[in-house]
Amino acid sequence: MTRIGVVTFPGTLDDRDAARAVRLAGAEAVSLWHGDADLQGVDAVVLPGGFSYGDYLRAGAISRFAPVMGEIVDAAHKGLPVLGICNGFQVLTEAHLLPGSMIKNDHLHFVCREQVLSVDNVDTAWTRDYAAGEHITIPLKNQDGQYVADEHTLDELEGEGRVVFRYQGWNPNGSRRGIAGISNAAGNVVGLMPHPEHAVEQGFGPDGAQGPRTGTDGLRFFTSVLKALVG
Amino acid sequence: MGRVVVDVMPKPEILDPQGKAVAGALPRLGFGQFASVRQGKRFELEVDGPVTEEILAAARDAGEHVLSNPVIEDVVAVYEDTDA
Repeated sequence: MTRIGVVTFPGTLDDRDAARAVRLAGAEAVSLWHGDADLQGVDAVVLPGGFSYGDYLRAGAISRFAPVMGEIVDAAHKGLPVLGICNGFQVLTEAHLLPGSMIKNDHLHFVCREQVLSVDNVDTAWTRDYAAGEHITIPLKNQDGQYVADEHTLDELEGEGRVVFRYQGWNPNGSRRGIAGISNAAGNVVGLMPHPEHAVEQGFGPDGAQGPRTGTDGLRFFTSVLKALVG
Repeated sequence: MGRVVVDVMPKPEILDPQGKAVAGALPRLGFGQFASVRQGKRFELEVDGPVTEEILAAARDAGEHVLSNPVIEDVVAVYEDTDA
């Protein structure tokens, strides 16, 4: 069975939901501890959301130096699929696996809502089960969610099709060019602010086509990576 | 005991939401004189001995690589705090 690691830092909140999403997709979830420089031979890694190290210094800044991150950076350069969600996305930018950074939401408020995104790149390891341009609804909850990068980097991301997700309907945090998530050039490393792991099971997710809390648009992140690993 | 101060500020071209909030609050408290505010960070790094050139170089290095994120912030000053 495919084994997907879920990292826990001090202050991580969504590791259990991420592990549950992995299991619902049909894989084995393996808990990885921030202090262990050991990936336990997993086939992919999820960096879940939360407030690792209390967001001290900058969101994700201290987590980047955790022993497990050195292993993840090396493995990501060799092609290991890595998904960073919310705080995990912030960790990936601080670790220089993804460009840009996140600052406080432009309206200064914490935001928690069901958010519509377009999936604009379906060739990454984490999005191949979606249709190009498909609109999905998953929860968004953050304070430091405003994606920023210099114009050259933004042009490069757009030119190379590395803007994987874009906010639709409303830009909830002032992110440059409505960017909700991006990938590295190889497409194995993906980061986004919204939370697919909170939309994987009927009864617990956002509202969906079949009624309240029936939305499971996030599940295909996790089935996508299974397909990517099988090749 | 010596002390080095590292000052980090948001890049000028990056909107500073915290500074904007402070700028909005000041006039409400009677401080109408200030047109805008930018909020940064001050780090105080203490060493057991005196602050040498090597210590200052290490502080600059830490400022660039750990204490700031060059995508969104600039290290604007690294200096010995002689009052320490």
